[in-house]
Amino acid sequence: MAQHQINYASSAGLPLALTTVDKLVNWGRSNSLWPLTYGLACCAIEMMASGGSRYDFDRFGTIFRASPRQADVMILAGTLSKKHAEFARRLYDQMTEPKWVISMGSCANTGGMFNTYATVQGVDRIVPVDIYLPGCAPRPETLQYALMMLQKKIRSESANMKNNTKQNLRLV
Amino acid sequence: MQQTNKLSPFFENLNFERHDNAMVINFGPQHPSAHGQLRLVLELAGEEVVKALPDIGYLHRGIEKMAENMTYNEFLPTTDRLDYIASTANNYAYALAVERLIGVEVPRRAKVIRTMLLEVNRIISHLFFVATHALDVGAMSVFLYAFREREFAMDLMEDYCGARLTHSAVRIGGVPLDLPRDWITNLDKFCDKLLHELEHTYEALLTENRIWKMRLENVGVLTPENALSWGCTGVMLRGSGICYDIRKEEPYELYGELDFDIPVSTTNDSYGRYRLYMEEMKESVKILRQLIGMYDSTEPQLMAHAPQYISAPKEEIMTQNYSLMQHFVLVTQGMRPPVGEVYAPTESPKGELGFYIKSEGEPYAYRLKCRAPSFYHTGLLQEILVGTYLADVVTIIGSTNIVFGEVDR
Repeated sequence: MAQHQINYASSAGLPLALTTVDKLVNWGRSNSLWPLTYGLACCAIEMMASGGSRYDFDRFGTIFRASPRQADVMILAGTLSKKHAEFARRLYDQMTEPKWVISMGSCANTGGMFNTYATVQGVDRIVPVDIYLPGCAPRPETLQYALMMLQKKIRSESANMKNNTKQNLRLV
Repeated sequence: MQQTNKLSPFFENLNFERHDNAMVINFGPQHPSAHGQLRLVLELAGEEVVKALPDIGYLHRGIEKMAENMTYNEFLPTTDRLDYIASTANNYAYALAVERLIGVEVPRRAKVIRTMLLEVNRIISHLFFVATHALDVGAMSVFLYAFREREFAMDLMEDYCGARLTHSAVRIGGVPLDLPRDWITNLDKFCDKLLHELEHTYEALLTENRIWKMRLENVGVLTPENALSWGCTGVMLRGSGICYDIRKEEPYELYGELDFDIPVSTTNDSYGRYRLYMEEMKESVKILRQLIGMYDSTEPQLMAHAPQYISAPKEEIMTQNYSLMQHFVLVTQGMRPPVGEVYAPTESPKGELGFYIKSEGEPYAYRLKCRAPSFYHTGLLQEILVGTYLADVVTIIGSTNIVFGEVDR
């Protein structure tokens, strides 16, 4: 019998913390979401405001990257026209796994008010979308909330992306 | 060929494979410094641009076509999405064109409020220009400072109309609301703050900054002849030494009564244009100060009285049967302006913004054309980019201050 029992899991024990790989990896992923600067239309201005002084996205670990190779999240901010759709898909394909997509604003969600010959009626026709974010244009607070929802979603899924079926990805 | 259900690339007609040493660079349509969805096909000899071809249409949403299927009041919120950095300037330009078509006179208080909103929008747009232009050139801190002040200006807009970006703060025939309590005081405080920040932050950081001057001086040189022949307006034209401002040439709203100057630069380069943006913000503050004094002496009426086109005030609709009937017809069918055509130019923050409307007497416009300044400044790129270096391309695009919502429409 041990003379004194050590609770390894508590901070008063050894400098040691127990966790699962899933939690550790997802902790890292969810706290360093780097979005692609993918401004399409009006929502891009609100996206820039989110990165600006008042809303300061950097404190979420969200730093805008200009290259799809360095980005984890694609925030599709604005109207996607049919002429641009092919590029949106290509940029999505160029991003490295794991990757997520936030559809920002009514135009990206459903085509919004622009039900015309030139507009893609929802970016989910082009790329798989994780979070839909309503509003025209959504306020920066809405984008913050969407990112927090995405973080929550990432934390709830398996670190091995192959295990994540569409069903598992759904938020509770 | 574009097939109906398949999205195929649009650049088959461009030849990227060359047999000479020229290099062809595809700049955009998703470039962080391209101010939206500008695609430039640049032909380079070494680092020098030999040929530049702007390719637009990546944000084409068919707004002008939509106008033909919408009643006049329905279309107003769509104009927000043209130049989305200064939405009220678009709302106003459209409302002015329709007002000239139906021939109504806007009450004086509405004019004061509209002019205030237009100038606040000009400040928002100019701050945005300074922020993004500095960011493109590499001055990140200016972006953060300018966005800080821009948020205060957007707070003012939000207090007035409830929206941050897409305001729809102007109606055909006036404005929907009176100014909220303390708005004038907040505006006054904002003016003080802006003047202070302009002098102590932006100009202190940029105007004499060695790197800023090296990047901007003698870059994007636009001669007065070129500026005129490419149809430039706004700061692009005034930066080339031509004093032309529609607020002075063809005054609308209260600009005829207000005392302000039109800053002009003769340096013809990006640096001169940057200086003009800074000066124009100071002029806007001067205009806003005068409007604050004018506001109190006006009558409280906000919407023009023209029952055939514009709904009566709410009290009348609720108490008088005939007003209710007219209101019902206006809401269900839309107003029917007289047959005719009209073009109303305004000085938006970016240049001459005007709407041409052809009316056949129907509730829908037969044709609506938006004359947007950015469109002409985008066309200009093929002229002024030639002979510059690749590193300056971003500076020049930033300096033209184009917004793709109104280029592609």
